[in-house]
Amino acid sequence: MFRAWALCGMLLVFRGPVARGVETAPDRPLRTTIRSVQQRVVKIYGAGGMRNFEAYQSGLLISSEGHVLTALSYVLDTDDLAVVLDDGSRFTARLIGSDPITELALLQLPTEGRSLPWFDLQAAAGTEPGQAIVGTRVLAVSNLFGIATGAEPASVLQGVVTAMVPLDARRGQYRSNYRGLVYVVDAQTNNPGASGGALTDWQGHLLGVLGKELRSRATGTWLNYALPVREIRGVVDDMLAGRANRAADLGVAQPESPLTAAALGLALVPNILARTPPYIDAIRRHSPAEQGGLQADDLVVLVAGQPTASCQAVLEAIGQHEREDPVRLSVLRDGQLLEIELRSPK
Amino acid sequence: MIPLRLQNMSAAMRIARYDAWLLLALAGLLTARSGLAEVQPDEAVRGAEKARIASIARASTAAVAVFDTAGKGGGSGVLITADGYALTNFHVVAACGPSMKCGLPDGRIYNAVIVGIDPTGDVALIQLLGRSDFPHAVWGDSDAVRVGDWAFTVGNPFLLAYDFQPSVAWGMISGVHRYQYPAGTLLEYTDCLQTDAAINPGNSGGPLFNAAGQLIGINGRGSFEKRGRVNVGVGYAISSNQIGRFLAHLKSGRIVDHATLGATVSSDDQGRVVVDDILQRSDVYRRGLRYGDQLVRFADRPIRTVNGLKNVLGTYPRGWRVPLTYRRKGKLVDIHVRLMGLHDQAALYNMVGQEAAKPVESPRPPTPPEHQHRSPLPPDGPRPRQKTVAAAKLPAEVAQRYEARRGYANYWYNLWHQRRIWNRYQQQTAMLAAPWRIAGTLPGGEPFELSVAAKRAAATFPWGKSGALFDAELARSLSPPRSGGLLLTLHLWQRLLAKGLRQYGEVYYLGQMPLGNLGQRADCLVGIYAGIETHFYFDPESSELVGIDMFPGDETDPCEVRFADFALLADQHLPRSWMIRYGDHEFARLKIQQWHHGSRPVAVPLESPQLEEK
Repeated sequence: MFRAWALCGMLLVFRGPVARGVETAPDRPLRTTIRSVQQRVVKIYGAGGMRNFEAYQSGLLISSEGHVLTALSYVLDTDDLAVVLDDGSRFTARLIGSDPITELALLQLPTEGRSLPWFDLQAAAGTEPGQAIVGTRVLAVSNLFGIATGAEPASVLQGVVTAMVPLDARRGQYRSNYRGLVYVVDAQTNNPGASGGALTDWQGHLLGVLGKELRSRATGTWLNYALPVREIRGVVDDMLAGRANRAADLGVAQPESPLTAAALGLALVPNILARTPPYIDAIRRHSPAEQGGLQADDLVVLVAGQPTASCQAVLEAIGQHEREDPVRLSVLRDGQLLEIELRSPK
Repeated sequence: MIPLRLQNMSAAMRIARYDAWLLLALAGLLTARSGLAEVQPDEAVRGAEKARIASIARASTAAVAVFDTAGKGGGSGVLITADGYALTNFHVVAACGPSMKCGLPDGRIYNAVIVGIDPTGDVALIQLLGRSDFPHAVWGDSDAVRVGDWAFTVGNPFLLAYDFQPSVAWGMISGVHRYQYPAGTLLEYTDCLQTDAAINPGNSGGPLFNAAGQLIGINGRGSFEKRGRVNVGVGYAISSNQIGRFLAHLKSGRIVDHATLGATVSSDDQGRVVVDDILQRSDVYRRGLRYGDQLVRFADRPIRTVNGLKNVLGTYPRGWRVPLTYRRKGKLVDIHVRLMGLHDQAALYNMVGQEAAKPVESPRPPTPPEHQHRSPLPPDGPRPRQKTVAAAKLPAEVAQRYEARRGYANYWYNLWHQRRIWNRYQQQTAMLAAPWRIAGTLPGGEPFELSVAAKRAAATFPWGKSGALFDAELARSLSPPRSGGLLLTLHLWQRLLAKGLRQYGEVYYLGQMPLGNLGQRADCLVGIYAGIETHFYFDPESSELVGIDMFPGDETDPCEVRFADFALLADQHLPRSWMIRYGDHEFARLKIQQWHHGSRPVAVPLESPQLEEK
């Protein structure tokens, strides 16, 4: 009896795994997919205009009301911010939100009810937990080198997602604020004007937003990367809802020795999901947090007046402070908002 | 299935051992599962891979590695005909002089001679010598290319290929109809293809193929920035359709110029492309375009941006005639425009000379200093020979096909084409000496008569008689009125037949132009005499004379004569239908019934019999 089962087992193994069909041909030709993506990518013109500080970049239409998601950069530092669509329509844009951690910004175009194609971040790709993205064939659509003008469409590069790793990057002395996960690609997106562009799969679903011209802090290699939609959705929602409307410092200086939550004596709940609400899990006895009146189950809503939607955001916001500086926390407890200032011991 | 029986111990032991092996084997297979697990690609993938490999293999046979004879510098090129014509970039051959060496993937080296150059568009035509069966590329339609199509480059980036095996890079078309600003006024890339298939220094002049292996572009530029001159995913290729318009011009051995409109445009605040400046002496002004008019369509393209116009304009040679549509006060107007030259001729030749004198920049990548002493590679390239020696001696087979002359890349080819056309034309129309008496009817049946002789001519039409005297001030005798100078045109035609190519004045082969609304191409010989430029148009196959444009001056419309309905008339193969046009109006349509010509045989010798060998 056993022998029979063993033989069957061996036959199963010999047959090999189910022949993994390679990705089936896309539903529609690549040309058509590309056109639909290009229509959702915009060309942005603003401040700058010197070598290595070009005055243009790319952006994405992300709502039916003319919201444009783009990279937070010096290009936006102007009163005369112009956005040109795929069909050549030109708008003067307003900066309405920004996030210094992800280095993303939100613009508003006065579209006046015009119906424009847009990327729905809620329906984007790569957002299922555990969904494998590495190896996905991608398109990177942007106005790199400012090649397209007026009604000329954005350029398209192609490649694959080669890795999904935490970003640890710099530009010159300036270290990138974002330390979360990024998609690394082998398409050459690290070029002037590409940041803010779209990374999509071959079906045209948005995977991420093309990052800035940064190099690895470890190796100095220029990185081709994109911020995954699933990592930034929360921040973008905040910006859309007007919760992060403080005009940001466009070049945030990093503290010499940053303050940590541990130094304050507070521990947040484990950071399992991308947007784990930052509840305080435990308070260390005799710590500044305990002395300040914080308790377990408090929800940290603001750090130094900055909204924090996730554990990651709280830790990063605290890390913007020098170790010896005080930090103001606003927490929600039983429906009540409490503001507490903490200072870590020397 | 043998049940285990304790009684049969030895048998049981055997069976148990067998089961143990089975267990072990199964365990082994399960753990080694990953090793056994071979991915079986979909048949469609295998098929696509095979097709790609075949396409690349076939197309690559036409790629050439181009070197100057001193071994310095170089780039790539692509053969386009079996008799050895090859395309490359102007900037690759600019400093090479008339002679280059080309290596083919089969490992053999051939001498090549410069034929024609287009410095504005950065294209050059050379001819490889020594064979009449070169592998060559299949021409593709660059206007059919779309963003998202696959493409591949073939060439010699960084001059890696010591054995001339080209490097191939596969990628996607990232943009079409792209515009790249010129350096000064040269090397302007209009309407070019943008690709992320790698284009590096050394790839210049080489082919861009579509997935089917058809030639859709010639690679030549890239966007570079913080990483220096290495590919960063953005390369540009001159479109095959642009080159197609210039090909006959390049074959003529001249230094070819690009077109300009004679007007400049800008975008108004509603995004419309409007004329903001116009040259009064330009053809486009004479055809009615004015300041403030909106350009709607040019050649076969709708015009929506200033770059859009620059793009399509840059793909045309000087002198071509293209349709244009403009809008004024809501009304659309269609015209045909003769395009001016972008450059002053002398200025263009001087610029070419300056490019030739520039030091050659090696396409090799800069070696990082910390790696140089560890590099196992042999020193860069073949040793450069003394420049003076290289310049003095051309290889014999190149010297046979090269003649220097100001304004030409290689006058030898121009002369060859002049003779080709003239000899074939002469075979049909040898005996057409002055004087001529031509009679026939107009469309309504009314008679006309033309008489043309060496010193004078006369025309009799239902509306009147007029005459012309051919004396010192030729450009003044433009009768009959409103014809633009029909009699002078016929006189100059007679002169060409009487004097031949060498004594008419200055004669050269221009290349091919579209003639007529259907745009059929015609060979064009230009004759300049007494300050008057006359274009003689010949059918490219038969060399029948199908038209003449006579330009009495730079700033006036020509008298245009078109010939059709060829038949035997007075023992000659002659056109029986003529159409004469001047400016925007047709002067007359003539049906020829009689053509008397001088009986003295024309003593114009056939050009030298070198025509046979090519």
